[in-house]
This record gives sequence, structure tokens and C-alpha cells, in this order.
Amino acid sequence: MRRGFKRFTTTATVLLAGAVLVAGCSSGDGGGNNPNQKVELTFWTWVPNIDKVVEKWNATHPNIHVTASNQAQGDELVTKLLTAAKAGNPPDLAQVEYQALPTLVSNDVLADIKNETTAAKADFADGVWATVTLGTDAVYAVPQDVGPMMLYYRQDEFTRLGLTVPKTWDEFAAAAATVRTKSPKQFLTTFSSADPGWFVGLVQQAGGSWWGVNGDTWKVSVNDAATKKVADYWGKLVADGVVDDQPMYTPEWNKALNDGTLIAWPSAVWGPGVLAGNAADTKGKWAMAPLPQWSASENKTGSWGGSTTGVTKGSKNKAAAAQFAVWLNTDPEATAGLVREGGIYPASKAAQAGPALQKAPDFFSNQADFYVVAKGIADTAAGFTFGPNVNVTYSAYKDSFAKAIAEKTAFAGAVEAMQTATVSDMQAKGFKLG
Amino acid sequence: MTTAVDRVGRPVRRTTSRAVPYAFLAPAIVLFTVFLLLPIGYAAYLSFRRVQVKGLGLGPGSRIEVFAGLANYRAALGDGELWRGALRVLGYGAILLPTMLGLALLFALLLDLHRSRLRRFSRISIFLPYAVPSVIASLLWGFLYLPAVSPGQYLLRAAGFSEIDLMTSRTIYVALVNIAVWGGVGFNMLVIYTALRAIPHELYESARLDGCSEFQVAWRIKIPLVMPALILTTVFSAIATLQVFSEPTTLRPLTNSLSTTWTPLMKVYRDAFVRNDLYSAAATTMVLAVFTLIVSLGFLRLVQSRAFGQENQ
Repeated sequence: MRRGFKRFTTTATVLLAGAVLVAGCSSGDGGGNNPNQKVELTFWTWVPNIDKVVEKWNATHPNIHVTASNQAQGDELVTKLLTAAKAGNPPDLAQVEYQALPTLVSNDVLADIKNETTAAKADFADGVWATVTLGTDAVYAVPQDVGPMMLYYRQDEFTRLGLTVPKTWDEFAAAAATVRTKSPKQFLTTFSSADPGWFVGLVQQAGGSWWGVNGDTWKVSVNDAATKKVADYWGKLVADGVVDDQPMYTPEWNKALNDGTLIAWPSAVWGPGVLAGNAADTKGKWAMAPLPQWSASENKTGSWGGSTTGVTKGSKNKAAAAQFAVWLNTDPEATAGLVREGGIYPASKAAQAGPALQKAPDFFSNQADFYVVAKGIADTAAGFTFGPNVNVTYSAYKDSFAKAIAEKTAFAGAVEAMQTATVSDMQAKGFKLG
Repeated sequence: MTTAVDRVGRPVRRTTSRAVPYAFLAPAIVLFTVFLLLPIGYAAYLSFRRVQVKGLGLGPGSRIEVFAGLANYRAALGDGELWRGALRVLGYGAILLPTMLGLALLFALLLDLHRSRLRRFSRISIFLPYAVPSVIASLLWGFLYLPAVSPGQYLLRAAGFSEIDLMTSRTIYVALVNIAVWGGVGFNMLVIYTALRAIPHELYESARLDGCSEFQVAWRIKIPLVMPALILTTVFSAIATLQVFSEPTTLRPLTNSLSTTWTPLMKVYRDAFVRNDLYSAAATTMVLAVFTLIVSLGFLRLVQSRAFGQENQ
């Protein structure tokens, strides 16, 4: 018994020593990582057909194998990520929308990949890069796509009703009224209580700022003057009955776009993909122009949507994951793949002028210079700082604007309700507010 | 020791009989503990916790979980939106329960008539919607409510009438009750119908000999005798009503009339999964669970003498 035990310990010691020797050798050639050891990475994303782009990476990088997995979209994916990180098994990489970055950073889900991304910084506009640093020294993600806002309108209906493309929001309001008098069954557009991301884009254009950082305190001003201006403007249009008040992304809305009940849509650069899916009968009848401006001398826009690739803190291979994130969003072949297969509008400056975006989208084949115009608009996108509880503010938007529309009350009240909900949530959690 | 006989040949029945019931119970107890008691216990634990953020709340270690005392409960009970949600559910239930159970009873009585034809077919067609998941049902009905895509609204317009907007903040109750009635009548009808079939036929014969009409038979014999079934279906439906969630959640993106906190359960969902605040969601859940328990037990106690009186005698 005793001898048996001793023999066992001796064997174990020998084995252990051997293992240390082998490890010592390999760390000698590999600089910490065994180049022959295969790294497996998982990537939660919702971009359609992104697996085709990932395949290109896997084909050229035999030692870092990435598996893309469509777990959920947008907000739902954030919830899933938070839960997975808490449970200790997050994916290595995740698709994260700009407005969700502070929430994830605040919950300690994302890793700082500053060292791996120093070279990539130059590929992106400063405003876009600022949203992945959150104004700190760290870098929490690599930008993937952006959603500069622009105005889509039905060219044929505009001609029929004698409308000119509105250059300012005043002209837009006048056009909305003209549509109602000339053709009572049609609306210029709709105000949607279901899309806070749309509203925040319009607010960005007006120069609104909802969150700000001052030292170690947050400044929350969801009810600032610019936001109130945008809210009052749309509130008046809805109250006067010159724009529709039904939410977007419903069967009703799809039909209204398809049958010409709605003839304009302030949306983002990814709009053609949505229209192609929801309003297939209107192919070639739309055109795109810059968003109307608050004053004729201005040239600004906001952003609706857009996302990044983040590396999680729980990942065991952060360096490899960051390497993939940089490749995915800056490599010409990768970004071209994302544009062609996934239908995204890239954040990388080089990719915006790249070969994949030379030709206008199919649905807009009548507007040959679509992406030239789009790039011009994208350069005018205003920056924006998102706070750590965007989810609370966004859900307050849905409830308070839906209520204001249903009960026919002023939109300014809805903005105040958003401010109250945001501030009280941050206070309850102990954030320092200035 | 599980042998039935010891060394001297004396049976050891006592030890065996003591252990056996527990062995049989073990699977149930384990499942009950793992899937019911532990989650409830964890939810209760979470309801006394909260998150505490330091400074900007960015970076590692800036967010910790701390003991919250009764703060979450105070916040839950003090939130007007929860009570308004509860009121809305009461209003919804006040329309739903009489409509659904009244129709279920009516259909069951009609099917039980000797004269009814196509009994099997009718029974199945009334029951069939119960097999449709409520999310699918809500989606289907949602399409039927929207003026631009609904064939019903189209027919109304074609016939020269104006559309009926079922998505205003008042008519939304009708829209929701309709979905629940459509889905729930069949099941409740079946429960009542089964109870009806169990009534001995001699009772009807003697009633007819005494000159009872079909209506009188239904009113004076059938309904009193199926009362336990009616009460059972009422309790089940009332509990389901208090937990209404999927219908309004599915319809919500289609209209401005439904908020994310329209019912208490929707508020729990929003707090937990939209606002990422599991702690206050857990506290609200505890309040709701206790409330549901009190209502169900209270109702059962109230009707016990009538419903189960016969069994106790």
C-alpha cells in the first residue's frame, strides 16, 4: 500500500517535470502562445450571411477559428450578453450597438482592447471612434457600421402632388400639410413611438446631448432645448393631423409604404434594404436626399443604428479575438464582404469609398450616385455620448410618446418623463450625477 | 438494510415500511426542490438585493451587489404604474371571465342537448383554438385588427360603414378579451361538458315526467350540478387572467395604446430584461405571487360550501 503510493507520486513528479519542459520549449518559440495550438472563438452577431465573411477569415487563419452564432438582435442580445457574462461563459466576441456600449462597459462585460487597436484608429472618423472609447483612455470595441440619417421619398408621388424635396424642417412641415389637402388618404410620413433610435438620431441632428461626463459625475439632459425643439416640432405635426401617428415596423406600416399611403421616410443609410423587403412594389420609385435641416445654412445629420464588434472580458483569447475584430472591420476584403453579404454601411472610411459601394443598391438603381451622396451625408453626422442606462431611457421613450399620442397631450411632457425615468434610475443605482 | 427478513428469520417490516415511502417520494421531492423551491428562494433572495454603482460606473469593480433591505418592496408597492396595471387587469378580467365562462357554459349545454347535430364536429371546432399558442393567436388577431391589412375592416369599408378601431386605449380591452375568449372557451367548455355527461340520466327523465322544459332542466338541474366544474374553471381562468402577458406583449408594437407596463407581469418583464434590474423585478414578483395566492384561496374559501358541499356530506 505504502510503496504503491510512493510509486504513484514518483510517476506524477516525472510527468509533471516533463510537462514543464515541453511548455518551456514551446513558450520559447511562440512568445507565450503556441502557434500550433488552435484557438476557438465564438462570435454572437445578427448580421445576415456574416458566416460567409467569417469563412474567409477561417480559410486564411488556420490557428484562430471563429464560429459566428446568431443568438438574438439588438437589445435582446445585450440582455443575453449580460446574463452570459454574469454566469461566467460569455462568447469571445459580440455585435454591440453604439448605444449599448456604456451599458455593457458599466456591467464589466467588455474588455479594453486599446493595445490591439492602435493601428486601426486611423481608419475611422473621430466622432465614430469617440463612441467606442466612451471618452475614456480605453477602447471597448471596433466600429463596424454606421447609420447616417437621410430622407427617402417617393419621387413619382412628389411629382404628382407638385412637391419639392424639403431642404428644411419648415419646408418638410409645409409639404406634410400639402399632402393632406391635395390627397387626404396619403401622409408624408409617420411619427413612431416605437423607435427611440430614430428619435435620438433626429435629436443628434438638432444638436441635442443627453449624457455627458464631467470628471467622475454624469450630466443627464434628455430634456435639453434641442430635444424639446424636435419633440415640439413633431408634436405639432401629429396634433395637426398632417403626419400619421402609427408606429413603424408593423404590417400596417409595410403596407402603407408599399401602396403609397406613406410617401417619405426620414431614415438611415440602410433604408434601401428595409424598403426592398417591405415595399417591394415600389422599386425604382424612391429617391434619397439629405435630411431636412433646422436652418437653411446648416448641413448636419444624426445617426440611427450602427454597431461595433466587442471583445468580452470573459474571453480566454482576448488578443486573438481583438485581432479578428480589427480584421473584420478594416480589412478591404472583409468589409467588402460585409457590404455585399450583410448589406451594412461600413464605418471604415476606406471601405465607404471601396469597390463594393461603387454601384447604387438595386432598389435605388434610378439613383446612380446613391453612395456618393451617402458618403457626403455620412461625413456630416454629429457625435453623441450615450449613457449607462440607455435601455431605461429608450423604454421610457416608447411608453411616454405612445401615451402622449394616445391621450393627445404635448410631446414636451413625454420628454420630461424620459428625463425623470433616466435620472431616477441612475440615482437609485448610485451613479454620481452632476 | 432493505432485506425483508433478518438473520433469525424475524421480518423487519418496520424499517422497510418507513423508508419505502420516502424512496417513492424522492424523485418528486428532488424535482420540487430543484425546479420550484430553489428558484423561488433565489428570487426571494434577489428581491432583498440591489446594485450599487461607484462614480461613473465604468470600468471594473464599479458595480457591486449589496443588501437592500425592504427598499425594493417599498419601491414596488409605491409605484403607481403597478397599481394602474393591476386595475387594468381587473377591468380586463371583469369583461373576460363572465364572457368566456358564460359562452363555455352555453356551448356545453347546447352540445348536451339531445337534438344537437354535428356534436363531434362542433366540439372539436370550438376546442381547436385552445391548441393555438397565444402568441400566434395574438399575431393573427393583430393582423385582423389593423385597418389597412384586415379583411374584416375592408368589408366594413366596402359596405359603406366606417372602420372600427379596436386599438384605442378603450377598445383595446375588447381586442384583448376577444383573443382570450377565442382561445379559452373551448377548454372551459370541455371541462363543463364532461361534468354534464356525468349527470345520471334518470334525473332528466323524472324532471320531464314532472313537466320540465329543456330550459328548466338546464337551469334547475344541470347548472346546479355542474357548479363544482364552473367554480374550478373560474379559479383557473382567474389565475390565468392575473398572469396575462403574451397577448398584450405581442400586440404592443402595433399600437400606441399599450405601454410596456400595461399589466403587472409586463412590468416585471420590462424591469428584469429591458431595464436589467432583476432585483426590483424579483420584489414585484413576490408581491404578485402573494396577491395571486390570497385571491385564489380567498375565492375557494368563499365558494367552498357551495361547490364541494356535497362531497363533505
